[in-house]
Amino acid sequence: MEQDLKKIALDIRCDVLRCIGNLGVGHIGGCLSVVELLTVLYFEEMNIDPNEPKKAGRDRFICSKGHAGPAVYATLSNRGYFDKKELLTLNRGGTNLPSHCDMNRTVGIDMTTGSLGQGFSCAVGVALGSKLEHDGATIYTLIGDGESQEGQIWEAAMFAASKKLDNLIAFTDYNKLQIDGTVEEVNGIAPLDEKWRAFGWNVIDVEDGNDIDEVRAAVKHAKLGIGSQKPTMVILNTKKGCGVKWIEDLGAGNHNTNLSAEQAEAAIRELRGEA
Amino acid sequence: MEMRAIYADCLDKLMQEDKHVVLLDADLAKASGTIKLREKYYGTQIFDCGVAEQNMASIAAGLSSYGFKPWIESFTPFASRRICDQIAISIAYAKQNVKIVGTDPGISAELNGGTHMSMEDIGVLRSIPGLVIFEPVDGVQLKAAMPVLNEYPGAVYVRLFRKELPDVFPEDYQFDLFRADTLRTGKDLSIFVSGMLTKDTLEAAEALEAEGISCDVINIHTIKPIDREAVLASAGKTGAVLTVENHNVIGGLHSAVLETLAGEKIPVKAVGVQDRFGEVGKLPYLREVTGLTVENIIKTAKEAAALK
Repeated sequence: MEQDLKKIALDIRCDVLRCIGNLGVGHIGGCLSVVELLTVLYFEEMNIDPNEPKKAGRDRFICSKGHAGPAVYATLSNRGYFDKKELLTLNRGGTNLPSHCDMNRTVGIDMTTGSLGQGFSCAVGVALGSKLEHDGATIYTLIGDGESQEGQIWEAAMFAASKKLDNLIAFTDYNKLQIDGTVEEVNGIAPLDEKWRAFGWNVIDVEDGNDIDEVRAAVKHAKLGIGSQKPTMVILNTKKGCGVKWIEDLGAGNHNTNLSAEQAEAAIRELRGEA
Repeated sequence: MEMRAIYADCLDKLMQEDKHVVLLDADLAKASGTIKLREKYYGTQIFDCGVAEQNMASIAAGLSSYGFKPWIESFTPFASRRICDQIAISIAYAKQNVKIVGTDPGISAELNGGTHMSMEDIGVLRSIPGLVIFEPVDGVQLKAAMPVLNEYPGAVYVRLFRKELPDVFPEDYQFDLFRADTLRTGKDLSIFVSGMLTKDTLEAAEALEAEGISCDVINIHTIKPIDREAVLASAGKTGAVLTVENHNVIGGLHSAVLETLAGEKIPVKAVGVQDRFGEVGKLPYLREVTGLTVENIIKTAKEAAALK
């Protein structure tokens, strides 16, 4: 399975590059940094059925950093929610795959997100809903490190701990970069682990959030928190733009950047070891 | 009976009938009159989010996506301008079924003063696509509206006067969320009124009648979408219009009526808050300083009728 997940992550990463390259521009950095997490959740951990995308009691994934939409779409299509060809419609007029996640347009998307901070609160609401229904679902959500500067994140953090929502497992894509520079330069959030602990959450720190094995172990560890009366935050130390050297080297510049189809194909060859 | 008591009784009934009806509060359950429901529902259908309205709004969206029918409540400014983006994105754009109750509209915030006195909530929210904006005028209408609002599958902002209001409607009143109610008919002037000033407007119309100006008085309880048919029919008939509202004349009922009548050659005057903030005081004082008085309605009505 380990090898399979690595291969799947590679396919997803290539599809992210292909669909953004096809368009010519997109949120590349923050998509490539979360591929391992999406792979583990959608291909190993989540109780979901692509043939019944709205099945009651299913696990949910809410991508609060909504600009990682292309990475989620690539994951959903690899998981069989829709045809991969649809990925090439990304951000074109009339598409079902807009830059930011939209539950009313895309099969498999559980929440409309994009205005940072809000999706996290929505996930908390979903976790509360699942508790009230006693359906045993696990609610996963992903926030950005820049997004963690939003006050609403901490309002939601307090509420989730206060209401003992231990069915909520959150992840921070801690790639240390945001649009204007490094997170610490712009408006520092460190020490992130201590903050979440102080807010009453279980905290799991993952040294390399782009290592499939580490992410797998962390998610399994996080699930042990169900029953602990506390929500769990998994801090994924990731690399923005992970997997393609020149994109990684753009640093903060890779948040939303141009990518030609040729560059995308070259990057895919690099990833597949064909360069 | 106070409006908040009627509101709370209606919610009690709705929650009793359907466990998916839930209420979220932001530390104002006492002010909203719903504190008394907590014994029955706290932790199962009622949750206090504390002083964190933005989180409350998005949590409600999350609950809605899970099949619940959430109501959220706070004072008007904190249920509108403070959570404008959450209403726009988490709720309206995401097509979630959330009822947003803002209490103490306009000058009715009285002693809480300018910070809590929302003159702009309708204006702030009216341009959000698909959002319904409803302002009840009395307990009869509120009681009739609550189950309709609960069943309406979409986002509604309810602008709720908290304290007692005089009855305008009879007990057998038939409520339609999207149809305005004609309270009085006349031929010289159309008065479109919302919220707490409805009874005053009827009083003004009575006085105007005695002076030879007969008025249509139409309660626009749903400011968005406005009942265009009712507005156009009445204004077309009388040829002059007055709007009366406890809100800034920019962005609220006056604006909605003007938009409806755009292109029609019909004069329109307004009684409303003249683009200013609120201040502390009791209602009689606040009515005087903002011009929301029966006398000013009569005076402005005459000006409007004279413009024909």
